[in-house]
Amino acid sequence: MAEIVSLAEAIAADVRDGDTVAMEGFTHLIPNAAGHEVIRQRRRNLTLVRMTPDVIYDQLIGAGCARKLVFSWAGNPGVGSLHRFRDAVERSWPAPLEIEEHSHAGMANRYLAGASGLPFAILRGYRGTDLPTYTAGVADIVCPFTGETLTAVAALRPDVTVIHAQRADKLGNVQYWGITGVQKEAVLAATRSVVTVEEIVDELDPRPGAVVLPSWMVTHVALAPNGAHPSYALDYSVRDNDFYVAWDAISRDRASFQTWIDEHIFTPGGSGGLSPLGEHSQWRQP
Amino acid sequence: MEAAVTYTSDEMMTVTAARALQDRMTCFVGIGLPSEAANLARATHAPNLVLIYESGTIGAKPDALPLSIGDGILAETADSVVGVPEIFNYWLQPGRIDVGFLGAAQIDKFGNINTTVIGGDYASPKVRLPGAGGAPEIAAACREVIVVLRQSRRTFVERVDFITSVGFGDGPGARQRLGLTGTGPQRVITDVGVLQPDPTTCELVLTGIYPGGSVADIYARTGWELQVSANLKELAPPSDIELSVLRGLVASMPASKATVVPEPASQGAA
Repeated sequence: MAEIVSLAEAIAADVRDGDTVAMEGFTHLIPNAAGHEVIRQRRRNLTLVRMTPDVIYDQLIGAGCARKLVFSWAGNPGVGSLHRFRDAVERSWPAPLEIEEHSHAGMANRYLAGASGLPFAILRGYRGTDLPTYTAGVADIVCPFTGETLTAVAALRPDVTVIHAQRADKLGNVQYWGITGVQKEAVLAATRSVVTVEEIVDELDPRPGAVVLPSWMVTHVALAPNGAHPSYALDYSVRDNDFYVAWDAISRDRASFQTWIDEHIFTPGGSGGLSPLGEHSQWRQP
Repeated sequence: MEAAVTYTSDEMMTVTAARALQDRMTCFVGIGLPSEAANLARATHAPNLVLIYESGTIGAKPDALPLSIGDGILAETADSVVGVPEIFNYWLQPGRIDVGFLGAAQIDKFGNINTTVIGGDYASPKVRLPGAGGAPEIAAACREVIVVLRQSRRTFVERVDFITSVGFGDGPGARQRLGLTGTGPQRVITDVGVLQPDPTTCELVLTGIYPGGSVADIYARTGWELQVSANLKELAPPSDIELSVLRGLVASMPASKATVVPEPASQGAA
């Protein structure tokens, strides 16, 4: 059964130095508040896994939490580069960053294999690209029935997966809807899981297209209203596109990045770029 | 007083890309220029165009241009929203989608695309780009692919520094040998013209030029010995309607001052 604890307690218990950590959420429901807590607790040597390591991993990489990044698209969506990621890859700042890169289809299937308890997944992909030359865990495999050559990708098995959801009930059953991404597979593939939620309700009423993760599949649930910001939680908040645009200038320069992290993450009561539920917030209870 | 309609080369590119889409097609859309063009087509001549974004939104009908592939408006207006493994495995991989719409940082004469690294070597590149995203499998599996990018010697190169997504590989027969099921890049639409693969050599040749453009200028922007089609056509300029709808869409984007394509040029850090 999931235990309902504070965000700080959940991260302290489940995200450990040296872990392989997946924080998922495909544009929608990105667990940014949890990412800030990982920075605040100064985790080190993490292998960070995520299909689209946008602002959340740019911050973790710039803050020195990461040793390695496993990903398929590292950009600021609709805006441009991730400057902290590029600084780490191109100039080893603040530390060298080992990378392992895939395609989206490959990463999705790697989670799917992990969730299924299989050592690898099969897809039509990667063939003819330069990716397999540089990326371990991608190999040709011959279909035993047709002889066709396909691609095998190794399963992903994170030590811990962290996601954000709209709601949980008091027993720790988790419910999320809208763009549901790869979160179910990422949670099922992992040894432990942390779910931050917009609110904790007495009972979960049905929602169209919702995914429900039973309490016994989740390690810890933590309340974090607006915890996806600058990403969003459908029916609770809207994507703060202005923040993504602003991040380009904040993150371009090492000094301005560090000032931002100090002010918004390390300062007690720091906002993570937003006064939670304050005047800037578009958060609402549906 | 009658004023001549003026437009930018980027607008001509987007309008040309939109015209390549027909009503009722299914289209896998990347963010940036492809999304502008696909939404322009849906708002003008192709109202039943099915827009599919890799976030899992099938049949999205945004009335404003989204900044990301996962803006709320895409999910709220979609016919169906599916998970990410499903969008790639069930919808893209079996070849159900007519057109894949891609951007690129570099493209070569066989339509191979680089969105991974430029310069240096892989471990310490001069410029680290975002990487593959959904593009390799979109390029492999859509019935056809349209690439939209600005044309210069920096982007149109003899050999890409990294093959992120395969066009025609090393030439005729490569797609078949690799087991790629789609027909590959059938159109490359740029800010100065349109290139299409020669059916025999698979090499991209110039087939379309814009009003007022010159072939000499396009040669100067191409990093290989560009061939020009015997049937080179001058394409019609944007209509008033196309222009006004496009400008409305761009103005509607939540953060319309944003650079919508990742800049290949390194800005350097402090």
